[in-house]
Amino acid sequence: MDERTIPKVEMRGISKSFPGVLANDCVDLVLYRGEVLALLGENGAGKSTLMNILCGLYRPDAGEIYIDGRLAAIQSPRDAQKLGIGMVHQNFKLVDSMTVLENIILGLDTESFVPDWNKVRARLMDLSARYHLKVDPDASIWQLSVGEQQRVEILKLLYRNAEILILDEPTAVLTPQESRELSRVVHAMRAEGKSAIFITHKMEEVTEFSDRVMVLRKGKVVAETSTRNTSPRELATLMVGREILFQIEKQPRQPGEVVLELDHVSALNDRGLPALKDVCLSLHAGEVLGIAGVAGNGQRELAEVVTGLRKATSGTLRIAGKDMTNASPLQIIRQGVAHIPQDRASVGAVGDLSVASNLAMKQYRSKPLAAGIFLLPRRIMDMARRLIDAFRIATPSPQTQVKFLSGGNIQKTILAREIGAVKTVMVAVYPSRGLDVGATETVRRQLVAQRDNGLGVLFFSEDLEELLQVSDRIAVLFEGRIMDVFPAEGADMEHIGMLMAGMSGKESA
Amino acid sequence: MKSWFRVLYVLLIALGAAVAAIGMGAIVLAILGKDPLAVYTVILTEPLRDMFGLTEIAVRMTPLILVALGIAISFRSGILNIGAEGQIQMGVIAAAATAIFLPGLPKGLAMPLSLLAGTVAGALWAGIAGWLRARLKVSELLSTVMLNYIAAQLYGFLLRGPMIDPAELQVGSGTPQSVRLPRGAWIDRIIPGTRLHYGLVIALVAAVLVYILLWRTRWGYEMRAAGAEPKAARYGGIAVESCLIGAMVLAGAFAGLAGAVEVTGVHRRAIEGISSGYGFSGIVVALFGGLHPAGIVPSAFFFGLLLIGADMTQRIMTVPANMVLVLQGAVILSIISAKVLIADKYLFERFARSLSRRVAKRETGEHAT
Repeated sequence: MDERTIPKVEMRGISKSFPGVLANDCVDLVLYRGEVLALLGENGAGKSTLMNILCGLYRPDAGEIYIDGRLAAIQSPRDAQKLGIGMVHQNFKLVDSMTVLENIILGLDTESFVPDWNKVRARLMDLSARYHLKVDPDASIWQLSVGEQQRVEILKLLYRNAEILILDEPTAVLTPQESRELSRVVHAMRAEGKSAIFITHKMEEVTEFSDRVMVLRKGKVVAETSTRNTSPRELATLMVGREILFQIEKQPRQPGEVVLELDHVSALNDRGLPALKDVCLSLHAGEVLGIAGVAGNGQRELAEVVTGLRKATSGTLRIAGKDMTNASPLQIIRQGVAHIPQDRASVGAVGDLSVASNLAMKQYRSKPLAAGIFLLPRRIMDMARRLIDAFRIATPSPQTQVKFLSGGNIQKTILAREIGAVKTVMVAVYPSRGLDVGATETVRRQLVAQRDNGLGVLFFSEDLEELLQVSDRIAVLFEGRIMDVFPAEGADMEHIGMLMAGMSGKESA
Repeated sequence: MKSWFRVLYVLLIALGAAVAAIGMGAIVLAILGKDPLAVYTVILTEPLRDMFGLTEIAVRMTPLILVALGIAISFRSGILNIGAEGQIQMGVIAAAATAIFLPGLPKGLAMPLSLLAGTVAGALWAGIAGWLRARLKVSELLSTVMLNYIAAQLYGFLLRGPMIDPAELQVGSGTPQSVRLPRGAWIDRIIPGTRLHYGLVIALVAAVLVYILLWRTRWGYEMRAAGAEPKAARYGGIAVESCLIGAMVLAGAFAGLAGAVEVTGVHRRAIEGISSGYGFSGIVVALFGGLHPAGIVPSAFFFGLLLIGADMTQRIMTVPANMVLVLQGAVILSIISAKVLIADKYLFERFARSLSRRVAKRETGEHAT
């Protein structure tokens, strides 16, 4: 009986400040056994800080934590682990060159100096079957997909008998299928009496995964309720503190000339296998062309071929009528093509350089930021301050290194820069991935605004609703081929789903 | 509140690193049976006592600054130049050969031409490694080290064969060295009677130019971006491979210039062992100076002081001058460890916590009394 009345975890009056920010302001959190709690909030609302406190990475300035009703002194991640608390971070903590088995027992002091691999393997396989976490124990981490790596992280926690699992935005890196599998895993864990805290800013996931939901805003709890008693719209409003427009106002499109044309383009992926096969697409000025498809079906390669980062093995690429097949990235930038890349931390931004330097990345070559070979630091700072204001990039100063910003603010930095550089075509790859509702809304609006300004937008998204809402036409990509292209208005979700799975419209009919 | 915690934290770690470096050296000295305190006192103060010591420090500073500037450019561009030693030797050979084979030129032409030849030779020598890395993905660590051996052999061969002073063969002991350079190629001495020459001015001007290059020009921006995140630089339209080659060529140019300045300013003939480890010490100077010209100049002074000080302890206290290598090693280990600790935000977090608790305790204690 105690199990229902005494919470598994109780955090009381947790406060934590960082220079200039009050990240958590007297936060109370309760988690019961066998319960999944969704922790919802914008970028920088204090979700990750709160969870880092629970798993021992930070210590609170004030407040207490009770586990099973007993006051717990969590001084380090090791203490947290002993109390059965485990966290799957956004950036996985796995050793790439080691196998799954080796990673599972990494850092465990209960193993003997020479581990009994058969025992470890048996236990792992048992857990893997019980929680539907399929993984090859002898594969090296670098061979695994992101979804599989996440499974290894979860197995690692289960292997350590974690009773309380914290998942930090686990679906941000997953394909829709993998997300559905994850939801089965979470439900299986709940059935076994384990508790979970699920950090997210996607509304649908709150309903799909959780029993209860807690909303944080600016470090404070603004709502806590049973998931059944709430709606996505209500949660979104609570989270941002104002009404969110899920529908974007769009003028009827006025397509102009073709600004981007791919004519029978093929390309290889990094492993040298065909990734784009005979792709024909044309994008008009004043149009958003949405690319639908499950991640890994050639999206990355398509975006890279268009922006000059990847060579086409055959076919022609024309930008604003000019043949730009296999032109250098710089030549394509000079044609006014902007690119919000899939990988922001290592492709979209240079972490060690300042926010200002990163904002200058596409325009430092010419006036007004440069005079001949010399840069004009004052002009660059002025430009940076202007963009930081306009896009509400949360940074202590323009000189702060980008690596110290949150993921959402890095994305805003990239967005600000690319919108400033675009003249003909905007290539946006998953631009709202990992962004909170407010920022997502901004991104979508900006894309539509670009279109209204007469630019062509090539828009990649995994979120079908978002895709239908923003795009004028949709092209479905499957295994590197364009399955079909059709107007977004009146498009049938079911039909797109079939195409994404590789079934052509006729077969499904 | 937290910002002065941060300053205190960094200061404490820097202090800890200094103590660790001095401690490591002291242990080695104690093993040698010397009094560490006395040895350190000699190393750090003896060279500063008279004009001779001071000017000799400045003489060592010149090549150290030049080499370190090149190292800073290459490290910041993401390509590690371990080959400065060989590049210096190529610079010496080219500068000496130019001066010797164009004897009749006036001073205004001979000296700049010699320096230019040395610079170009160093640049080309390093360019080989840069090209191999950019085009064929050959590790520059391997290629630069290997090129050092080739340069050393080539240098030895030339000094014993084609470039040997004919007088050495006829009447001398066959010492491997070139003839004395014609006066027109000499860099003048700043203070007559000492070896201090105007090369120091060249080095200081170069430091300013490197600062401008790295932080005030498009090229510097491109090199720093390519070094920090090559994928992002490529995405930004920067030709990363050209940056690698360019950075390596510049690094070699500075090392070659260091060699040319050394031969025309100090020795005035190509001799064996002329690079005397500046190629490697330059790496330490660059790292100790934070890969920034404003740090490299004082850092070069410090290591110049160590070099002279170590020579003096050898004479005064019979401690081997190679002790300076031990100290350099200790300094590198300390710098790298300190950098890791300074970047560790969890350690800082703990430090800040315990400090704030202590401050709080004292305040409440004071209120109680």
